[in-house]
Amino acid sequence: MDRFPILKLGEYLLVTIQFDMHDRLAIALQDDLAEKIVAARAKGVLIDISALDIVDSFIGRMLAQVAAMSRVLDAETVVVGMRPAVAITLVELGLSLPGVRTALNVERGMELLREHIEARRRR
Amino acid sequence: MTTSVVDERQVRTPDDVVLVRQAVRQRAVDLGFNLVDQTKLVTAASELARNLVQHAGGGVVRIESITDAPRRGLRLVFEDQGPGIDDIALAMRDGYSTAGGLGLGLSGAKRLSNDFQIDSAPGQGTRITIARWR
Repeated sequence: MDRFPILKLGEYLLVTIQFDMHDRLAIALQDDLAEKIVAARAKGVLIDISALDIVDSFIGRMLAQVAAMSRVLDAETVVVGMRPAVAITLVELGLSLPGVRTALNVERGMELLREHIEARRRR
Repeated sequence: MTTSVVDERQVRTPDDVVLVRQAVRQRAVDLGFNLVDQTKLVTAASELARNLVQHAGGGVVRIESITDAPRRGLRLVFEDQGPGIDDIALAMRDGYSTAGGLGLGLSGAKRLSNDFQIDSAPGQGTRITIARWR
């Protein structure tokens, strides 16, 4: 079965969703990320969805679950690159992605993670 | 109003749901839908196609081109021979789910469409028709 590659960038993991995925692939990604967060002792996860031309309730739920799961594993998730038409549609669908941090692109997502992690270290 | 069927396909697996999304996208592009309208229609189609797989063990999706001069649009019909819906008003409510999902499939698909119709009875299967005008 296809898998999305998960790249390690220092303390962060980056996964780029490269194509329209079927539901089993979304579930596999969730499982892979959980393992990789622990194995890599990652502090943050960036999920780049700029290639996705829709986010329906299933994919939205997957993103929310990854965010919740990573938090339990002491890592923060940021979803980056959502297209404007996808955002408009998500809101009308009724999905507000509670608990999911978002940023415009990978660079901004990295900044957000860095700030978040530093703030936590100071506490 | 005139109607012509442009595509009809079986939906049984999660891969078929992806194929439905692609087919609807292509037809919406052909008809000149703008990007936001394409996205809304494809998202609604994804929700309803997944319902066929999850609740009815599969079904059929029909894509129709509709013309009500000067308007043109797409109508999508999702039909199954599954268990049917006991209480349609309850099934349409945000957050109500029998499959462990978010319960946004039906209600969300309705919000993303211009026209929405649901015909179902226990043991009689379900037919959901949505349309979006350009």
